[in-house]
Order: sequence, then C-alpha cells, then structure tokens
Amino acid sequence: MRNVLFVLTTVTVIALAFWAYNQHYATQKVLSETDRLHREIREAHARLAVLRAEWAYLNRPDRLRDLVDINFDQLGLLPLRADQFGHVDEVSYPASEPLTITNAVEVSGTLPQAEVNQP
Amino acid sequence: MIRTPLRPLARILPARAAGESPRGIERENLRQRHKHMHDKMRQRAEGRLLVLGVFFLFAFAVVGARMGMLATSDPVEPRASAQGAAISAARADIVDRNGSLLATNFETHALYAETQHMVDPQAAAKGLVTIFPDLKSEDLLEDFTGKRKFIWIKRTISPEQMQAVHDIGEPGLLFGPRDMRLYPNGTLAAHVLGGASFGEEDVRAAEVIGVAGVERYFDTYLRDPANGQKPLQLSLDLTVQAAVERVLLGGMKIMNAKGATSVLMDAHSGEVISVASLPHFDPNSRPAPAIKGDQSESPLFNRSVQGVYELGSTFKIFAAAQAIDLGLVSPLTVIDTKGPMRVGGYSIGEFRNKNYGDLTVSDIIAKSSNRGTGRMALEIGPERQQDFLRSLGFFEPTSFEISEARRGTPLLPKRWTELSAVTISYGHGLSASPMHLAAAYAAIANGGIAVKPTILKQDFLPTGKRVMREGTASAARAMLRKVVTEGTASMGDVPGYSVGGKTGTADKPKPSGGYYDEKVITTFATIFPSHDPKYVLVVTLDEPVETSGDKPRRTAGWTAVPVAAEIIGRVAPLLGLRPTVEPNNLADITMVNSN
Repeated sequence: MRNVLFVLTTVTVIALAFWAYNQHYATQKVLSETDRLHREIREAHARLAVLRAEWAYLNRPDRLRDLVDINFDQLGLLPLRADQFGHVDEVSYPASEPLTITNAVEVSGTLPQAEVNQP
Repeated sequence: MIRTPLRPLARILPARAAGESPRGIERENLRQRHKHMHDKMRQRAEGRLLVLGVFFLFAFAVVGARMGMLATSDPVEPRASAQGAAISAARADIVDRNGSLLATNFETHALYAETQHMVDPQAAAKGLVTIFPDLKSEDLLEDFTGKRKFIWIKRTISPEQMQAVHDIGEPGLLFGPRDMRLYPNGTLAAHVLGGASFGEEDVRAAEVIGVAGVERYFDTYLRDPANGQKPLQLSLDLTVQAAVERVLLGGMKIMNAKGATSVLMDAHSGEVISVASLPHFDPNSRPAPAIKGDQSESPLFNRSVQGVYELGSTFKIFAAAQAIDLGLVSPLTVIDTKGPMRVGGYSIGEFRNKNYGDLTVSDIIAKSSNRGTGRMALEIGPERQQDFLRSLGFFEPTSFEISEARRGTPLLPKRWTELSAVTISYGHGLSASPMHLAAAYAAIANGGIAVKPTILKQDFLPTGKRVMREGTASAARAMLRKVVTEGTASMGDVPGYSVGGKTGTADKPKPSGGYYDEKVITTFATIFPSHDPKYVLVVTLDEPVETSGDKPRRTAGWTAVPVAAEIIGRVAPLLGLRPTVEPNNLADITMVNSN
C-alpha cells in the first residue's frame, strides 16, 4: 500500500512538472507573440503618423490652390462667393417622366351613338 | 510542576523548635519563587525577541535581495499587460477647429560622427559636402582629425540624405533617431503656431521644446505623455485662415504697406477664427530673432498681439457708446462740432481742417468728427472713460493664449487729464493691439458682454461681464452700419452681409517724439452681419499708400476698408453665413392716393 502511494505521488509530481513546463513555454510563446504585435502596432502608429503628416502636407491650402489654378479648364473651380448661395425654390423639380404602361388593359369599345354626338 | 509551599511544615517545625523565626524561611521561599518566575519570563521575552529578530532579518534580506535584483537586471516593459494606449512619448499634435492637422511629429535622423571609429576622414568630409552643400569640407576635416571624439553634424536629415550618407560607407558616421516637429501647412498661421526646437539632446532621443506661439504657451500640455493621443484643438479654421492670409497679402501689396494684420473673432465666444500678421515666416525653419534694429521689422513680430498702435478713429464708437449708455446723449442728439476747440492749451482739429458744423451723434461717427467725440468725452469725464475702457480690456495684455500676447501691454497716458480723455476718444494717446480692439468690438457686436479672446475651441459659451446695456450696443451697431452706408467706409459694403464698422487712420509716432506726416496706421474694425453680428474683423495696415488716383491716398477708407471688404466677401461664405437681406427700418406710413 505504501509503495503504491509512493509511486502514485512520484507520477503526480512528474505529471505536474510536465504541465508546468508546458505552461511555461506556452506563456513564453504568448509573450513573444504579444511583443511582436506591440512592435507591429508601434510601427503601424509611426506609419500612420507619417501618412497623416503627408496627407496634411498634400492637402495644404497653397498646394490645392495651385492645383485648382493649373486644372482650371477641367474643374472650373472659383472661390466661394455670396452670390453662389441659392434658395431651395430656385431649384426646379426634375421633369416628371411619362409613366410607362407595363400591363395595358384593353378598354376600347364602341360608345353608344347618342353620347358621342353630344358636344 | 510541584509548587513549593511558602511555609513547609517540615522546615517550620524544626525551626520553631530551635527558637528561630519561621518568617525567614517564608521570605527565602518567596524570594526563590520570584526568582523562578522572573527567569521564566525573561526566557519567554528572549524567545520572542529572537523570533522578531529573525523575522526582521528575513524581511530586510528580502528587501535587500529585491533591490539587488532590480539594480543588476535590465529594465523591461511589462509585456503581459495590455499596452497603455494613452501613453506616448511623442509631443501631442495641434489641430484646427475641424480637426485638420496644423503641427505634428515626423521621425527623422540626426547625423553625428565618432572620430575614433573613422577610417578615412578625408573621404568622409568630401562625401558629406556633396550631400550637404552648406557644410565646409575644411571645417569637417578639422573636426574629424582634431581632438574631439564626438561631433554633431546635422540635427535632422531626410531619408534620402540618410541613404546617401550610408553610401559613403564610413563606419564613424552614425545616426540617432529624432522626432522632428513638422508644420505641414508651411507659413500658414505661423505666428500662432510659433515653432519648436530641440532642448536636451542625446544620441538616442532629443527633447522637443516649443519656442513661441501656442507651442510655447502650451508646452507643458503638449509634452505631457498622457496627452500624446489627445491633440490640442485650436479655434482657428484652416480654410478661413488660408483665404484671409491670401487676401491680406494681396491687399498689403496693392496698398504698398510694409505690414498688415487681421483678426477675425467670433463675437459671442471670443474664439479667434483667423489671425494673420504679415510679413510672416515658415515655422519649419524659424528665422533667428533680430538682435539689432527694430524688432517690429522682423517677420517674427506678431503685429496682431505685440504691435501696440494708436488705433485712431476706431475708438470713437466707444466714446459714443458710453455717452449713450450713461444717458448723456442719444444717437440723434445734435452736437456742435465747430472750431476752435481748445482743451488743456491744445487746439483740437478735424481731418484736413474740415468743419462739419452741427452734427447728430450718429453723423459724428459716420463722418468721424474729432471735436464731436471730444465734446462727448468731456461730458463723460476722464474717470468714467477710464473705467469703461478698462472693462473693455484696454488696460492690460490680452488673455490670448500665445506666448507673445503677454508682451502686448497697452501704452496708457501717465496722467489721464481732460486732454487725454479728448484725444483718447478719437484714438490718440492710448496704444493697443488689434486683438484688444477686436475684443472690444465683440462686446458691441454681442450686445454688451465683454469677451476674452481665446485660441482654443470652446465647447460652452463663456459668460462675461456686462459692460453696456443691450440697447446701447444695438444703437452703436446701427451707427457702425451708417459709417459703411453713408460715411467714411463706403467701400466696405459687401452685398448680403450688411457690414458695419469704423475706420481709423492714425499718424505713426516718431521714435524721437512727434508724428510722421506721411506714415500712417490704418485700421478698419468691422462687425458683420450688423443686424445680428456673428463675427468681428479688424484689419490693420502699416504705412499703406494707395496710388491709383492723382494724389497718394493714405486714409483707412481707401486702404484698409477695401481689403477688409474683400476678406469678408471671401470668408463669410466659408464660415457658413448665408447672404441675407438686411431688415429695413420701418418706413413711415404715408397715404398714397390710389387713383
């Protein structure tokens, strides 16, 4: 009985050691994965900052104004002025298209003679 | 344990028999018992002390061991916990009211040399000069072959330049990462942003510090790592600022002025939507401050807050508004403006010695009569005039949050005599910045509440102190509108926006005393739309002269007013103001014969 208990304890210790060993390596793996992700996030942040700066630089008012001047014949853009504001009632409604008849029903027939002759 | 009795019969009886006193035995036994108790307690206490000592020893050993471990191990970031997203080493960005970027950081590299690792200093110097033409080959060679082991060569270099330096192949040339402050819009809003430079420098990093403008005023906020992800939001509008600067630059050139400034302010909140000062500079490469000569000639000089000028007739509306507020006059009160008028031994004259005769208060403002406002100032008196101007903020630097604003202290007369009261009523003898004037006009525009100019976007409408009655402010606005429709600022009318304002032309004071004849500061302070003012615009030109006519013209009506009108025409639509038809005064009803 005592030997059995002894063997059982040893086996348990070995099993626990194996489990702890696995856990340790799993943790190390997750940590290095986290490190990699953090590094990627940092790099992405740096890239984003550069892109934001570049976007702001490319959209600086001076450059946009020059582009508008260069491409005036295509875009025809002018500074916004007061006379370009309009009223809603100045906008005409789109012309209503005649309804297309899809399922015509034959309704023609001959009317009574008396009604036709009346003015 | 067997307790020894104090008076054991076995010893007492023989003692009695011997005729001795049994008390001696009792005392002896008591003594022994006490000694025994004492020994026991002592032992217990010593045991406790030992335990305590071992405990402390252990605790100190743990602390010591931990300290030793911390001291000898390399620092590591806590890797397992989620990264604190709010912590960032970079300086916070600056954005405008719509979130457009005004200032950000850019990763670049600094170039330095470690001479002990250099293989071929001659080739390195030659190679560097071809990449950076501003460096001198001889200087570099002298540095490389001299005693110094460490030399900074360039503070910031571009990736292309870095690659070119790599291609030299010199192991002694090294790079350190640098966070550079970048202003993507170049010269736009340069005076507000100011600029930044490096403070403490190290191979691995450098401290970025703000040297002027908001960069300096909010340096602590911008550097705080906790604010890395929270940009500083200004009240400026990038689009409006660009439009204003362009129009102002054009106006300055047409009017042959040597400097110009404009302030566009929200009349209710005091938010500054645009502030420009010309000439300007590029904050990416901020010029060195002028060491000699007149500071106000330098492009670094911010005319809108640092330039304190006598702002001329633009002050007249304050005298008129106060006189109305005190109940001394109404807009229709007739005042005699005929000369001569002598105050304190000085004669008060009109522009080009005109004589306007009897004028109503409203016409005094429209025609800009010095004697008319002077008479009102005499009625008000120096004391009350001081109180009123103080409440409008003319006695101290503005609270505008850029570092230069503190230097814009208004110049006040040492003794506020009756003569001072009269001259100040038409804008001479008191010098203030255009920012001061804009804040004071905002009080008229918003119905009589004093505002503090601010560069930060406000989420709530600040509550200021009331400085005049609402009716007074509305009467003043009507008078300002009349200046544009009938008076000196006839070119200032912008169809749809009902501009109201007051012109001011002031002779520039000579540094030696007295005034120049042909050098003026012209100002146009406007509110628009005048029936429901939303914005205040102040345009000031320095030494303008308009030369389209036979004679050169220098008055504000010919110089500052057209520029201001053009600015309003450009920016009002950008600010989202729809052109409106001005509500007319109720017409007198007349009977019309319908036949």
